[in-house]
Amino acid sequence: MTIDWAAFTPATALAGGALIGLASALLLIFNGRIAGISGMVGSLLESSSGVGWRLAFIIGLLLAPLAWQLFSALPPIKIAAGYPTLIAAGLLVGFGTRLGSGCTSGHGVCGLSRLSSRSMIATLVFMAAGFVTVYVLRHLLAG
Amino acid sequence: MKTTVTALLAGLIFGLGLLLSGMANPEKVLGFLDITGAWDPSLALVMAGAIAVSLPAFQWLKGRGESLLKGPLQLPTNTHIDRRLVIGGLLFGIGWGLAGFCPGPAIVASGAGQEKALVFTLAMLAGMGIFRLAAHKMIPARE
Repeated sequence: MTIDWAAFTPATALAGGALIGLASALLLIFNGRIAGISGMVGSLLESSSGVGWRLAFIIGLLLAPLAWQLFSALPPIKIAAGYPTLIAAGLLVGFGTRLGSGCTSGHGVCGLSRLSSRSMIATLVFMAAGFVTVYVLRHLLAG
Repeated sequence: MKTTVTALLAGLIFGLGLLLSGMANPEKVLGFLDITGAWDPSLALVMAGAIAVSLPAFQWLKGRGESLLKGPLQLPTNTHIDRRLVIGGLLFGIGWGLAGFCPGPAIVASGAGQEKALVFTLAMLAGMGIFRLAAHKMIPARE
């Protein structure tokens, strides 16, 4: 393992993480809800109850880049994957997060903050699967 | 109404946190998942920063039992570690490693006008739809 010091951004990572934690705390404190993004999107697809707050949160996410641009240019967003990969990845993420009841936000941030053992297991599993997938793609297949 | 406003605000802050931390950029997420290559540890600090803020809020609210808007706390009650949790986490992690997107960042990057993020997000919605139609047949909730 070698750390890529040029890419590592500890200050903005911690500050951005704190904002994510603040947002999760606000949703819990005022709404009594878990900020689980896959759960919100999935519930919007499945049920007509509890639409208001879920849709509002998702609209907030969509508006964040516009709000950012009021003050500064957007940070880079580089998407190397081609369309077939993006579609396969999207299908896996959509299906997997619903089957596993959560993603990086619901299990990774909120679940660990609740000290949930289910979320701890889920986080370890999806992190490990992500590590192995990138290893296979970048180091085994790419040679 | 109040819960819609607080959810919108939480979504907006969450999205700004993803942008500031670099997590809306798949290149940076894949840099974290590439542990055997040039490793960018930023994502670990994003999680640490988020949990440092949200953990005290979760512990405080658990003791209080209701939200500040006097609503009930709606926390997950399932503590059973089952096949769905593990298989779901595996599939999600593979998709995450393929493209570098999980649900929140994909929605934020779509809001930033990234066409590839929108394609991923639409495929993710399709994956959630497939789950709704088929998962209970393929993978029973209890073994």
